[in-house]
Amino acid sequence: MEDLSKYPLQLDGNDVPVVRFMNVTKSYGSLTVLDQLDLDVTEGEMVSVIGPSGSGKTTVLRMLMTLETINSGVIYVDGQPLTHMEKKGVLVPADQKYLRKARAKIGMCFQHFNLFPHMTALQNCMEGPVQVLGMSKKQAQERSEELLSLVGMIEKKDQHPSRLSGGQQQRVAIARALAMRPKVMLFDEVTSALDPEVIGEVTNVIRNLVNEHNLTMLMVTHQMGFARDISDRVCFFFAGKIEEQGKPADLFGNPQRERTRQFLSAVKEAD
Amino acid sequence: MSYWSFLVEYGPRFIDGVWITAQQFVLAALLAIAIALCAGLMRLSENAASRGLAIGYIELFRGTSLLVQLYWIFFVLPLFGITLEKFSAGFLAVGMNLGAYGAELVRGGIQSVPKGQWEAAYALSMSPAKRMIRVILPQALLNMLPPWGNLLIELLKSTALVSLIAVADLMFQAKQINGSTFMSAQAFGTALIIYYILARFIVTPFMRRCELVMARKMGRG
Repeated sequence: MEDLSKYPLQLDGNDVPVVRFMNVTKSYGSLTVLDQLDLDVTEGEMVSVIGPSGSGKTTVLRMLMTLETINSGVIYVDGQPLTHMEKKGVLVPADQKYLRKARAKIGMCFQHFNLFPHMTALQNCMEGPVQVLGMSKKQAQERSEELLSLVGMIEKKDQHPSRLSGGQQQRVAIARALAMRPKVMLFDEVTSALDPEVIGEVTNVIRNLVNEHNLTMLMVTHQMGFARDISDRVCFFFAGKIEEQGKPADLFGNPQRERTRQFLSAVKEAD
Repeated sequence: MSYWSFLVEYGPRFIDGVWITAQQFVLAALLAIAIALCAGLMRLSENAASRGLAIGYIELFRGTSLLVQLYWIFFVLPLFGITLEKFSAGFLAVGMNLGAYGAELVRGGIQSVPKGQWEAAYALSMSPAKRMIRVILPQALLNMLPPWGNLLIELLKSTALVSLIAVADLMFQAKQINGSTFMSAQAFGTALIIYYILARFIVTPFMRRCELVMARKMGRG
């Protein structure tokens, strides 16, 4: 067991990041997926995570959503520990109840949308606010309709997911996650399962969120052009570590590390 | 005696029998569904004790004969001070037995819901109970309905065993009529036809209807 006393109970100061990974390691048996990761995301920042498959990039998002446990280190959200809680002056691994509360600050969109098939688009969006936040149905419906308008899906609000295209389902999924008013939004390869002709409708929604709303976002993507366009920062992951990070213009225009160059040129060739 | 006059003579007794069979069926089915849901959920629980309890129950009731279980409940339990009248013993035995099979259907139905559904519900901060009730069970139910149709037909036919502890169901009446008239072909032939009609024209269409309603709720109707 790791000695957790070296981690602060909470982050103080003026510029507390919205997300902080502190020395986070994740392994499955002898396979280390993430190796002592340190990563800060500041308020309103859009960070893209790129890298070859198996580099641990999706794991970063899944850990932040607490879908995966971590082996060592601590993740803080909004200055408060996410994966741990305080007990008698030290941090201990969080229990289910604490996790449920803590992860309410995080919203996530998945590669395969994962909309609830037995609910309409509107019901999908209302589910969280009503069942988890305890909102009245009327209020939840107002909020959901507003968000469905934002993603351009208000006309389809009474359709079930099986009647929607992939791009439309993903837009509803974005509205569903936003309906919980998360501090941080996570996008896990949200365009990877889409037909090429509908990718644009989803990236436009995300672009709109970046431009018009001051949301903190983390995005794992294979679309380099899109990442370059909208990110404040791009992190290149390799073998469980951040190999290189920087402003998109620098990282894509003038990569410093050999592995980054190799990866970017391999991706360019595939395009 | 023509078959027609046989029916005129004994029809009312067959109808009495059908009425008892229907009651046995409905009560046993409700019990089986309740048990299947409990045992199926316990079977998937993280708690080792409740998982063990469910496995023990399923093994016991699936691994031994329904007829023996029926006799146990009716003849042996009184020795331990639990006396049930035959009508209750009948549907309890059938319901508990088929409930064990149903538990495995519930478990399979829940496990067939894609993992992404759990994760999406989890990402919305839903509690484990809410995830199960609001997201997983409705989808599991749709997956489970076709095999449940089979199970309920099986259950209907199993109720014939209660005649062996003298519950006056359809099978019991057929045996009685056979005993007093020796018209075996007519007595048991009629019972055969009535069981078939109940299964084919009542249970099956009802289950189809349920599947249709559920499919429509999923937007697939």
